[in-house]
Amino acid sequence: MRVLAISGSLRRDSNSTALLRALRAEAPAGVEIEVWDGLKEIPPYDGDDDLVPGPPKVEAFRTLVREADAIFFATPEYNSSIPGALKNALDWASRPLATNAFRNKPVAVIGSSAGAFGGVWAAAELRKVLAAMGARVTEVELAVGHAHDKLDEVGRLADDDVRDGLREALDTLLAETEPAFAAA
Amino acid sequence: MSTIEQQATGTFVSDPVHSRVGFEVPYAVATFSGEVTDFAASLAGGRLEGSAKIESIQLKDENLQAHVLSPEFFDAERHPVLTFSGDLERDGDKATIDGEITIKGITQPATLAGTIVGPTVDHFGATRIGLQLETVVDRTAFDIKWNMPLPNGEPALGNEVTLKADLTLVAQEA
Repeated sequence: MRVLAISGSLRRDSNSTALLRALRAEAPAGVEIEVWDGLKEIPPYDGDDDLVPGPPKVEAFRTLVREADAIFFATPEYNSSIPGALKNALDWASRPLATNAFRNKPVAVIGSSAGAFGGVWAAAELRKVLAAMGARVTEVELAVGHAHDKLDEVGRLADDDVRDGLREALDTLLAETEPAFAAA
Repeated sequence: MSTIEQQATGTFVSDPVHSRVGFEVPYAVATFSGEVTDFAASLAGGRLEGSAKIESIQLKDENLQAHVLSPEFFDAERHPVLTFSGDLERDGDKATIDGEITIKGITQPATLAGTIVGPTVDHFGATRIGLQLETVVDRTAFDIKWNMPLPNGEPALGNEVTLKADLTLVAQEA
């Protein structure tokens, strides 16, 4: 079982990325969590470049998504919405729409912010985008407010409630990948 | 009121070429409709059984079709079949079927109502029954809740969906 973890932030000391690193420690036996570090290399979406095959970094991202059993997003909130770089990568991944790599893929979304609300609006918009792409959006709604207070000085998770929330979110996501749900 | 057994005995099976199963739903300013082409129905002992493969839904745009098959609509990957079963009551040319419909793995009571014609022997010697039926379901009761607000604030897609079946059922030889 392989879970691709995608942070919506490019910042080196990103809270979202730190939460995904912490998530790795919560993975049960047999579950590998890969934190993707290729977001910054995805070019801006341009329909003129949307050919078959697409740009190499885009094709590599699509392959990672296709080969993952599930995807776990952690996103910050920029201007009440999804960070542009993340939305851009999803716009690339959504092409061609009818057969895109996210179709039927189980996904979980959590938000984080320096403020009190934990990125709830960005997370809601990200869920909407993923559902429109045909992903299997799970009922995960973890919002980590005051995220910098939940991490220590080197970015390690230092909050048991958040750790429990991450574990619960991962359990919910993994339950959606159970073979019992496989098409008859 | 009489049951179908008094009118016809044996098993009748849908003739897919001369049958149609579809839906209509209010969308924005008009009615959006589509049909499912891979379906089967049978009538035996007054009981109608029907099933349709969601993946065979026919829409005029491949992206729209993919959206309708996706988890936020029918979730065809995990719930590939829609089913209905119920008992037919006949009153002259009126038909009523009280039964249950299962969509997206959720079963709800449903009453199909319409008309019945036959049994009639056709020009090739086969015995046929015609059934024109419809029912209205609330799609949200089947966890199909997608919507988008129009600029006036009203939802783009209606919740009340009319399901229609226009069936030709052919008697099976014993």
